[in-house]
Formats: sequence, structure tokens, C-alpha cells
Amino acid sequence: MASRDLLSLLETKEIIITCGPGGVGKTTTAAAAAAITAAREGGRVLVLTVDPARRLADALGVAGIGNDVVAVDPALFAEAGMEARGSLSAAMLDTKKSWDELIARHAPSEETRDRILSNPLYTSLTTRFVQSHDYIAMERLYELHATGEWDLIVVDTPPTRNALDFLDAPARMADFFSSRLLRWLIMPSRSGFLGIASKGFAQVADRILGRQFLADITEFFGSLESMYEGFVERSQAVRRLLSDERTAFVVVSSSELVPLREATFFVEQLATRNFLLACVVLNRVLPRSLADSSATEASLKISQDSDHLAEQLGAELKVDVNVAKRVLATMGESFTDLSVIAHREAAARANFSLGSASMVEVPLFDEDIHDLRGLLRLGEFLIAKD
Amino acid sequence: MIGPVLTGRRLLFVTGKGGVGKTTVAAGLALMLAEQGKTVLACEIDAKGDLSAAYEIPPVGFDPVKVTSSLSVMAMDTEASLREYLRLNLKIPIMGRIGPLAAAFDFVATAAPGVREILTVGKICWEVRERHYDVVVVDAPASGHIISQLAAPDAIAELVRIGPIRNQSQWMAEILNNPQATGVVVATTAEEMPIAETIELTQRLEQETSVEVAGIVVNRVLPERFGPREAAAFAALNSDTHRAWIDEHLPEGAPAVLEATRLATQLRRHRSRHLDVLRREMDPSVPLYYLPELFTRAEGLRMTRQVATHLAEELG
Repeated sequence: MASRDLLSLLETKEIIITCGPGGVGKTTTAAAAAAITAAREGGRVLVLTVDPARRLADALGVAGIGNDVVAVDPALFAEAGMEARGSLSAAMLDTKKSWDELIARHAPSEETRDRILSNPLYTSLTTRFVQSHDYIAMERLYELHATGEWDLIVVDTPPTRNALDFLDAPARMADFFSSRLLRWLIMPSRSGFLGIASKGFAQVADRILGRQFLADITEFFGSLESMYEGFVERSQAVRRLLSDERTAFVVVSSSELVPLREATFFVEQLATRNFLLACVVLNRVLPRSLADSSATEASLKISQDSDHLAEQLGAELKVDVNVAKRVLATMGESFTDLSVIAHREAAARANFSLGSASMVEVPLFDEDIHDLRGLLRLGEFLIAKD
Repeated sequence: MIGPVLTGRRLLFVTGKGGVGKTTVAAGLALMLAEQGKTVLACEIDAKGDLSAAYEIPPVGFDPVKVTSSLSVMAMDTEASLREYLRLNLKIPIMGRIGPLAAAFDFVATAAPGVREILTVGKICWEVRERHYDVVVVDAPASGHIISQLAAPDAIAELVRIGPIRNQSQWMAEILNNPQATGVVVATTAEEMPIAETIELTQRLEQETSVEVAGIVVNRVLPERFGPREAAAFAALNSDTHRAWIDEHLPEGAPAVLEATRLATQLRRHRSRHLDVLRREMDPSVPLYYLPELFTRAEGLRMTRQVATHLAEELG
């Protein structure tokens, strides 16, 4: 079987989707993977992010990052000390704008389009409520892929409540639009027979929401009716693209218990859906030397011998012996503290089941990543061979 | 801030960016309040089992489970919440999980934005209104999602003009928007992204909701061990100039110890810089509380207890 290390994925796949718990450096990892591929492998590479921090946009030198694709200036690679063989571009997901474009594309007439765009339910659905992120992110990926302009698209997934909603979104969308309930709601006269489901629904919905709200919903989905087929067809195509062999998933996590538990959930869910989980990236791994027995012994000796060592150290550094003593004591404490965490995290990593995916460990950086140089440095760790 | 200190309120939503220890803070806060003699309900919204893991109990469901005599834990379940709502408010008895209702509910929740949020926050507000507990602590969703939950009653009121759900959204808003009763606690770490998100979240909460921020809990603060003289001495020692002395006088594994010390010092320095940004950007009336980085061997009840102890000192 072909190796599934991250480098070979970046060389061969057309779409790489990073997913994982929040707060583990997922967006930065996606951008770094795209940047190092553009620099080292060549080709046209695009990173699609959902909610980039301003820092990331700054690092890519594309402050005005928006729904449109923006090219990263090749001069930035040169400044970062690496001549780029290919090109890097970035795009951000603007949920509202993407929905508007989708409606415009599928609407049979300008009148229908305007009626939907001005419906209060539509505005609320596309801006205020988060679920709409999920579908539109995958829809936008499909669009960008279909242009055929990119050798590789690296996608940073949206922060969803149920972390995998976005994977099911195309299927849910298709189910939703082809559901009997929706048909009944919009065409009660045509469906004739009112099943028990419809009755239950009418009773519940009517008593909770009131008639007027129901009427609003009916009108809204009535206007969408002309677009059902387009929607269903498209969401099925999006779903096919996600399970295509040209697409691979990368789970990003840290070594802490809660993120790792969530990462495990991702690994399992990707397998259930027959998506290709190719690689797990573990960020912020503490130095291995913290678990070294010789280092542990050294830290003990430094603490125990601090009186004796302090005199010599004071003389060497030309500082007060008490200052030297506190330096030595702190060295011992710092090592012990970090080593407790390193052991805790190593144990958590050992319990983490990867399935058949490979694992990449990225060390904890003691600097925040502010520029392309930082992204490329992270990228080097991502593609490093053991 | 208009309302009383955090411990004086009856409904606390703990939120924050993923990865900052939000659940640990929520679990520790609930435990601390319970140990102060209050009856407390801790409620997990995401139902991922993290809250029960923090108390080392098996995953809980919609029915509260007692961890101690005064602390109960539950996990939100919108369908169960709907069933309870129908039974209590509309006198519609629903037995078990029946297919048509579930399908209808899924449909309504998907089609009508805010319904799911109303049921989630509605159940919580109901526990507060009925005074089943002295305090309800919510392990709320991460930053972005808390806004849509807290804004749901107002959003529904805009969309629905009459009917029971409108009435419900009104009394919910009365509880949520009352700073005497309700507060949001934002958990963060002193790192760049979580701090930026905390600042943005507090601004959005102010602009898009009427719920008050009752405090910011900065988690995992590293101890300051070096004074300026010690820092300078260590920097000198860790430079190449004294390599020979290190090799001669310190034990074999010493370079790893030096590296660990450098890393700890560097992290501490970075975090304190990010903390400065937080202190500068935040409305000074919002209190900041600090929790130290815990060097425990495992995450779980022991860590939760330590968080509770430190919170009691901070809030005391």
C-alpha cells in the first residue's frame, strides 16, 4: 500500500481537508501544509479557510482576504528564504455571500431570487445560525475544485458544534429537500392523504410556533421549491467529491486529553463514512528530552547539590551566590513541572488509536507564527521524514 | 459590569475558545459553588462527555445525576427537552421516542432557525425559574456558538409574533438579560489566539446580546520564578560562553534541563505579553481571575478539585 505520510499526500491528492478539535492550531497547520507544498513541490496550491485570524492573513500578506481567491506574493517566499517552485493562493469563506451566490445560481428567475434573498427567514438562516456554515463550506470547495485551476486545495474546516456536521451537511441537505414533510408543508393539497407524521407535525408545530410563523416558513420554502432538484443534485455531487480517492482527511490535535478524545471521535467517524483518513498531526509536542532518564537525574542532582553548585556557578557567572542558587533551584523545578506534563501527554498519545493513519508530531514552538517564514518552518516539520 | 460578582448569580454560562480548558473551569466552578453550600446543577451542552469525565463519572444524560449531595450533572438533549416542554407546558403527553414526533421535530428545528437553541437555553432557564437549584453552571458551546444561543430568544421574538414559543422566549430573555441573575464567564489561556477571541467575544456579546460578562478566567498561568537578576544570570549561563563550565560541573543530562528552563521562561514571557493585551483591551469593570498551570499527572477529578480550590481563593 502506498505510504500515507503527509508529504506523499501533499504530492498526490487534489483535496486535503483538515479537521479536529478547536484550539489546536488547525488553521495554521492547513496554511503551513499549503505553503510548504507550493514552495517545495510546485503547482498551484490554494488554502481555503473558514475563519482566518487576522494574523494568518497578515502572514500570507493578503490582508484583504475575502470570498474571492487572493494570490500570495511570490516575493514573500523569497523574503522567507525559500524560492517558491509553485504558487500559493488563499480564500476565505464568507457564508452570507456564498449562500447568496448559490441562490442566484439555482434560482429560475430574478424574481424568485429576490424573493428568497429578502425573506427574513433566509437572512436569519444564513447569518445568525451556525449550521448553514457547514453546507456552504463544502459547496464552496466543490465550486473551487470544479474550476480545475488548482493542483491542490487544502481546506480548513469550520468550527462546528458537532464537529462532523460539515461532512454530513451535503447528505442532510439532500434529505431535507426531498423529505415528505417539506413536500407536505408546501403542497398540502397535492399530497392528499395526511399521514400520521404530518398530523403530529401540524399539531406540534402549530402549538409551539403559531400559525403565522408556519406561514412564513411555508412561503420561504415555497420559493425555494423551484430549486430543489438543483440543490439535491449538487449536494450529492459534493458528497461524492468528499469520498473520492483524490480527497484525503488530516486530523489535527494536541496531546491533551480532551482534544485527543475528540480526535479519536473524528478518526472513528471518518472511518464510518468511508472517508480516507490519511494522517494525524499532533501539534505542540513537548521536547522528548523531558522524558530522558539522564535529564531527570541531572535535574535531581542540580536541586540536591544546589549549595555546592551555586558557589561555583556564582563564581563562573560573577553573580551573587544566592542568585546562582535560585537559578539552579528554578532549573530543577522547571524541568520537573514540564516533565510531568510531558509524561501525561505521552501517555495520552500512547492511548490514542490512529487506525491505519500515520502520525506526525510537531514540536511546541516558543514563538507565535507571524509570517510566511514561520508557516514554512511549521511546514518543514509537517513533511519531515522520521 | 452591573451585576454582582460571579458567585452571586444564579445562572453562569462558561464559554471560551476550544482547547483552553473551558470544561475544566466549568466543572471546577460548579464544584466550588457546591462546596460553599449551594445546590448546583452543572449542565453540558455539547454532550461529548467531557463534563462527566471531569468528575470521573460515566457519561450522563438528560436526567441529572448526583456527583455529591449538592452537585448534580446533566447533558443537554434537545429532543428530550422538547418532550419535557410539551408535557409541562402544553399538556401533550409524549411517550418514548416516537418516530413521527422525532421527524417532525427535526424538520422544525432545521427549517426554523432558533428552535433548537430555544429548547436548549429554555430548559436551562426553566431550571433557574423554578428554583430547582441555587445555581446552574452551563458548560456552554465554544465562543462562536454561544452568541446564537444567548441571542435566540431575541431572534425568535423577531420572527414569531404570537404563540407559546414567543411567550417562552420573553420570560427566557427576562432571566438571561438580567445581570443580577445571569452572567457569562469566558475561559481563556494567556495565548495569542484565545486572547484575541476573548476580546472579540466580549465585544460581540455586548453588541449582539443583552447578557452580561461576569468575569474572565485566565487558565494555565505559568508561575513567575525568575526575578530580573536570576533571568539575566540564566540567560548568560544558557549562552555558548559557559558551555565548557556546564560540561565540566553539571551532570550529563543538564542540557535538557537548561532547555526545559529556557522553554518554561520563554512561554511565561509570551503569556505575560498576551495577558497585557487582555488587560489593556478589556472593559476594566470586568474582573479577571487567574488559574495556575496545573502540573498534575492526569486530567480528571484531581485536576477539577484543584481548579475549584484555586477559584475559591481567587473569588474569595
